[in-house]
Amino acid sequence: MNSSKPVRSRRMTFFAAIFGLILAVGLVIPANAQDVPDVGPKPRVIVKPMESHIGNLTGHSESAKSDYRRYCAGCHGDYGDANGENAVWLDPKPRDFTIATFKCRSTPTGTLPTDQDIYDTIARGLTNSNMPIWNTFTKQQRADLVAYIKIFSPRWDREKAGTPIQIPAEPPVTMDSIAHGKALFTKLECWKCHGPHGEGDGPSAATLTDSKDQPIRPYNFALGKDDSRFKCGGTNRDIYKIFMTGVDGTPMPSFADVIQPNDAWDLVHFLRTLQVHRHSKENEILMSAHGVIPPYVDKNPPPAAAPADNKAPGGGQ
Amino acid sequence: MHMWTKSHVRQKRQSANSFLVAALALIVLLMGASQSASALPAFARKYGLRCSACHESWPMLNYFGQKFKDNGYQLMNDRDAPIWQNPGYWPVTFRILPIWHRVSSGKQAVDDPTTGGQVEQRITSSGFDISGLDFHTGGTLEKNFSFYVLPSSDATASFHFETVMARLDNVFNSPWLNVKLGKFELDNLLSEKRILTLTGNGGIYQLYHFIPQGDGNVFGQMGDNQLGVEVMGHSVNDRTRYSVALLSSNDGQPGLPYGSEAYSTFIAGSQAFDAGKLGVQRLGFYVMAGEAPTSWLTSGGPNAAIAGSGTGNKGYSREGFVGQFYFGQRFDVQVVTQHGQDSAWFGQGYGDFIDALATNNNTPGTTLPAGSRNPTWNGVLVEPHFVYSPQLIFLARYETIRMSQQSTPGTRADLGNITTYTVGTRYNPFMTSRAGFAWHNEFNIFHQTGTAPLSGTNINTSEVLTGFDFDF
Repeated sequence: MNSSKPVRSRRMTFFAAIFGLILAVGLVIPANAQDVPDVGPKPRVIVKPMESHIGNLTGHSESAKSDYRRYCAGCHGDYGDANGENAVWLDPKPRDFTIATFKCRSTPTGTLPTDQDIYDTIARGLTNSNMPIWNTFTKQQRADLVAYIKIFSPRWDREKAGTPIQIPAEPPVTMDSIAHGKALFTKLECWKCHGPHGEGDGPSAATLTDSKDQPIRPYNFALGKDDSRFKCGGTNRDIYKIFMTGVDGTPMPSFADVIQPNDAWDLVHFLRTLQVHRHSKENEILMSAHGVIPPYVDKNPPPAAAPADNKAPGGGQ
Repeated sequence: MHMWTKSHVRQKRQSANSFLVAALALIVLLMGASQSASALPAFARKYGLRCSACHESWPMLNYFGQKFKDNGYQLMNDRDAPIWQNPGYWPVTFRILPIWHRVSSGKQAVDDPTTGGQVEQRITSSGFDISGLDFHTGGTLEKNFSFYVLPSSDATASFHFETVMARLDNVFNSPWLNVKLGKFELDNLLSEKRILTLTGNGGIYQLYHFIPQGDGNVFGQMGDNQLGVEVMGHSVNDRTRYSVALLSSNDGQPGLPYGSEAYSTFIAGSQAFDAGKLGVQRLGFYVMAGEAPTSWLTSGGPNAAIAGSGTGNKGYSREGFVGQFYFGQRFDVQVVTQHGQDSAWFGQGYGDFIDALATNNNTPGTTLPAGSRNPTWNGVLVEPHFVYSPQLIFLARYETIRMSQQSTPGTRADLGNITTYTVGTRYNPFMTSRAGFAWHNEFNIFHQTGTAPLSGTNINTSEVLTGFDFDF
């Protein structure tokens, strides 16, 4: 019996050596990771828990810490500053939660979005970007993430969310409303960025940058088919909302002070005709008119001159 | 005596020291690596997502990852088509595991030089080892055209095709219709190909491979990738899923090695529910049923079966329920049940005569022994996970299979029953979209009733494993 004890002893020493090796590896990995110093300003110290309120749901930031790290931090960064390890590869860049400027809102330009706005954005994802459709989360998970996003900016302590804009009922789609929308598209100089045919190739398109001086491309209406989406939703109400609230952080301004609600609906109807591959009521009406939008006649001053290359704004061609 | 005592004390101290060193090593690794888990880096690189976005712990999928897979490895945004990728992007990931493991197998038949006969003896071995190498390549050929090819080797670099499939995704622009053709994993909610364990007996789901003692049916192993066509569909948010597959009854082996007219089917469906703060719960079912050959033409002797000549198809089935239950963000329990049944022909040793799993050939005029019955069994596996963080998961598994009817009357009722326990941890020291690395630790005990080769007593096998599971 005693003869087996030295064997056991050697086994113990062997196991100790293995775990010693593991220990060494464990020490080396983090040590190597620290070779490059962490430069730049220190992130904001996050101490105050935040809440979100979506219907009957209350989200708690403390509950979303793990989910944020698992799903969001790779792009938005551990500190919400859009400096995740993937951010450098992404175009457009991820949202910087530290400045609390959000593109998709129901609230006036310059104001904070409602909790519901952010909640909807998480579930919808953002087309033309790397932001996926996170519709596999539970409602509670999403509400918690909305609360978590708020911890990154002091704006959420100082300000309240803006009051959502009122969206009147949509009037019927008619050729008259499409024609009026086309006139507005010219008058408001939407074509300068979005191009005469809404293909995102207007004369100013190449010069556009966002609020962080990153190049940005205007929306190309002509791309996509029936599944085409806008960044902030796919319904007519969503389009209405986009140009009445603006897309904060981008050159797309709010037109809330420039056009009347019914005029805005006319513009929505015209914009739908720029989605030439999409089945829509607007395109049906246009097709029945052989693709020609008649000139709109009203008492307002004539629209601004067409671009120098005579590419007049149009739709459906 | 005094010296012996001192030595004994010293050994005890060494033992204590070893535990201390082990504990310290674990603590240092868990606490020291403070970087901010891992996947197919090919997909993560494409979309710029961390591996943890799709994996509860790599390679096991979470709900988002399951939806991504069901959509044909697409996020369903405008970045799905490969045209969006840098031309240098190549959707390939390599995976391999250097490990140390110790395997102790009970009651092995060994020659006894003293008697000239055989005795049963436990054989224990340990050492450093490597796994085979997997080349995962998959993604989209174009929007809504996806593929997956997986050449996989054993540890000596002998390759085979584990997966080869192309898929039409979202046919008619609907997530409810996707068609896959090739060799692929069956639509098991608890995927064995994404199993979190690596030991010999713990690294598979026994339920997915169970064959009763003496049974010749190799064709009902739902854990093996199969050749066939699959139609599957799901709701937009993947809460509702279904799949129907038509498979060749050949256990995924190419070249039509078995019967010429034998087919099987695998049908699965599930529904997930939002349970508030508990998370998303999923309940589902599966059925694998089909026919496989028992009768073979031979050439050059009664045991030299001709490949592809199998006829005399007999039936088999495996069916059960699957549950994925989440209790908050950190704890979940995966449950699979099974009721299995083989034709009495399989139970009597007819079936895969090509690979000699079957011992009998159902030649013309063959009759079954009087009283032969369909072998049936029931089983369950329960696998709880504790996700401490996206980088660290603790897991366990209890799996048991109980024969409910032996094919031959009078056979010991519990012959071949299996019970296995597995515990383990996986720790990912970093989380990026570029590569994956897990420090894996696991212990498995496997118990089978009545299958010792000489005595017919129970067999106990254990394995402990530690290693690095990495992909890049």
